[in-house]
Amino acid sequence: MADFTMPSLGADMETGKVVEWLVKPGDRVKPGDVVAVVETHKGAIDVECFLDGVIDELAPLGAELPVGAVLAMVRRAGEAPAEPKASHPAAVAKVVGAAAAPAAAPPVVLPGLTRVKVSPAARQRAAALGIEADVLRGSGADGAVTLADVEQAASRSAALSTPRTARRGFDPALMRQAIAAAMARSKREIPHYYLSATVDFGAAQAWLDDHNATHEPLERLLPATLLLKACAKALTEVPQLNGFWRDDAFQPAAAIHIGWAISLRGGGLVAPAIHDADRKTLPELMAALRDLVQRARAGGLRSSELTDPTLTVTSLGERGAESVFGVIYPPQVAIVGFGRVVVRPWVCGGAVLPRPVVAVTLAADHRASDGHVGGQLLAAIDRALQDPATL
Amino acid sequence: MNTPQRMSYREACKQAIRDALAADPRTFVMGEDVGKYGGCYAVTKGLLEEFGPQRIVDTPLAENGFTGIGVGAALAGLRPIVEIMTCNFSLLALDQIMNNAATLSHMTGGQFAVPLVIRMATGGGRQLAAQHSHSLEGWYAHIPGLKVAVPGTVEDARHMLAAALADPNPVLIFEHVVLYNAEGELDPSVRAVDLEHAKLRRPGRDATLVTYGNSLPKCLLAAERLAADGIEAEVVDLRMLRPLDMPTVLDSLRRTRRLVVVDEGWKSGSISAEIAARVAEEALYELDAPVGRVCSREVPVPYAAHMEELALPSVERIVDAVRAIVPRRG
Repeated sequence: MADFTMPSLGADMETGKVVEWLVKPGDRVKPGDVVAVVETHKGAIDVECFLDGVIDELAPLGAELPVGAVLAMVRRAGEAPAEPKASHPAAVAKVVGAAAAPAAAPPVVLPGLTRVKVSPAARQRAAALGIEADVLRGSGADGAVTLADVEQAASRSAALSTPRTARRGFDPALMRQAIAAAMARSKREIPHYYLSATVDFGAAQAWLDDHNATHEPLERLLPATLLLKACAKALTEVPQLNGFWRDDAFQPAAAIHIGWAISLRGGGLVAPAIHDADRKTLPELMAALRDLVQRARAGGLRSSELTDPTLTVTSLGERGAESVFGVIYPPQVAIVGFGRVVVRPWVCGGAVLPRPVVAVTLAADHRASDGHVGGQLLAAIDRALQDPATL
Repeated sequence: MNTPQRMSYREACKQAIRDALAADPRTFVMGEDVGKYGGCYAVTKGLLEEFGPQRIVDTPLAENGFTGIGVGAALAGLRPIVEIMTCNFSLLALDQIMNNAATLSHMTGGQFAVPLVIRMATGGGRQLAAQHSHSLEGWYAHIPGLKVAVPGTVEDARHMLAAALADPNPVLIFEHVVLYNAEGELDPSVRAVDLEHAKLRRPGRDATLVTYGNSLPKCLLAAERLAADGIEAEVVDLRMLRPLDMPTVLDSLRRTRRLVVVDEGWKSGSISAEIAARVAEEALYELDAPVGRVCSREVPVPYAAHMEELALPSVERIVDAVRAIVPRRG
């Protein structure tokens, strides 16, 4: 019997809530199967299971569970169903859920003993929304449940009851908190160093224009794909920046999974992984980008996409600033920034010419690498962009 | 001519009376010390010289008597403005006010009207002790057949009298003793006001302060202090206690969902109690917090300055009452 536990979908995640099970007891699962939808500050995430076997028992829906809590028991092939034990998912969920997810498991309110204060406006709204107001935490005078509390609860529970196709992306307020925690931790713990280089984007632009002129709109590429690929390719030459800082040491990653920073409507951002970016073709990367942006905004990122990035890239695009010095997302050790491609006077073959250029920046963890290594990465990106045909 | 004119509330009251006297020969002023002395609060100062003893009539200290004369004069077709020195003394005239002025139209099936205006000083804050400092306008608001006006601004002090005189039925005007010295801008484009509507004096978002009279400037000050803390309080000036303009109060409540009534009367059985009760009857489900009330302490208003200050509604108490029902942000 193996435990399927609440995954950590990033350094900033402490708890998650299972809002949907996509398997039931008795179902066969194999590694990579999406088995549950977990609501986090990054929205509803499709969580994959990397165990092989048969689902034996599931944690109840709606419980707020800490990272590492048992979500399901998976019986390996040939194993007999086990006797329930203290650590089984229902028990775990009960303990944590009672405190953190009252909406899912309303405590019994004994008349005359505890009179929960609910404002008349809140009570009426709750009735209209079909929400039990007495179990909410009150923020009003005397701890009373107010209209705002009910409306907040309504938006929370919308994720529980809405069908998969229309589920909520994320809660901007929660995401803000999560970003605040992760970024504060990063700046507190990581000694950043910063490098910058301005790279001639002329060759890449010419190649891109040529490619796009000869392809259907759907097959056309954005400059971002070239930047992404150039970065991934450069990382194969400078693996010292591809990995994690864990237990006071740098752990290189086996593959290059680029976390692509996507800003979300309504605020906040998420940087899910584009797996094996160095081995994907440009059209594949373009498709991956498109798919990722759509799912990040609508909900439906996979858990592995949130946990796997080995380095983050933030590209400001056409309307962005000219350069960006990022904050590293722990436990990664570097973040590469691409500014807006701008036309500038550039010395080229002894003459000053108008050329499209792009500022490429690096913020890296000085515990894991030194500026020399960082400089090598920027130089490698520059080289890759000068030879777009090989990207 | 169209520039705003700055004047005191007292001066506004006087100009209103002078205008009324000049406009209608049926109008006259009657009360204790209104003539030779110029009015206990100097509102009618100089009017005896200007209009003569036929129009500015000094009376004996006999409220029930001269108020009754006022009722009779009104029935007979005159337009008396009776001044009662303070509303405390109006209790001596309560029989005339309630049993005659307020009821005659009803009892005669509308055959008689009593177009009487009674002005009285009300309220505390000038160390005039318990027999000159109470706020009894809420009591009069209990009586059908009366209109109860409570001007809290120079504009209302200037224009409410004309509206009251134009009304075919008795109107009581309560002028707050502390406001007499208050100054305000008078918009010359405003030539008349109604005796029906409450008025929004400050827009807000988080709570509604419903008030009138001298509690209005206190509420405006409190709203300013609250704004410094990010709490936006809306201030509704009732202007009239009878009829009570509940639609304006409820409109505001629908915006803010929180209500504090500030009333210089005592809390028990007061106009603030009436407003709270009507909100409970008509708009319970708009409330997102309990109704708060800031009223005078339930004691005869003390003479000693520091005790009087403690007894009356204060800006601090208003601020506290709003804070108590508005959740902290963030």
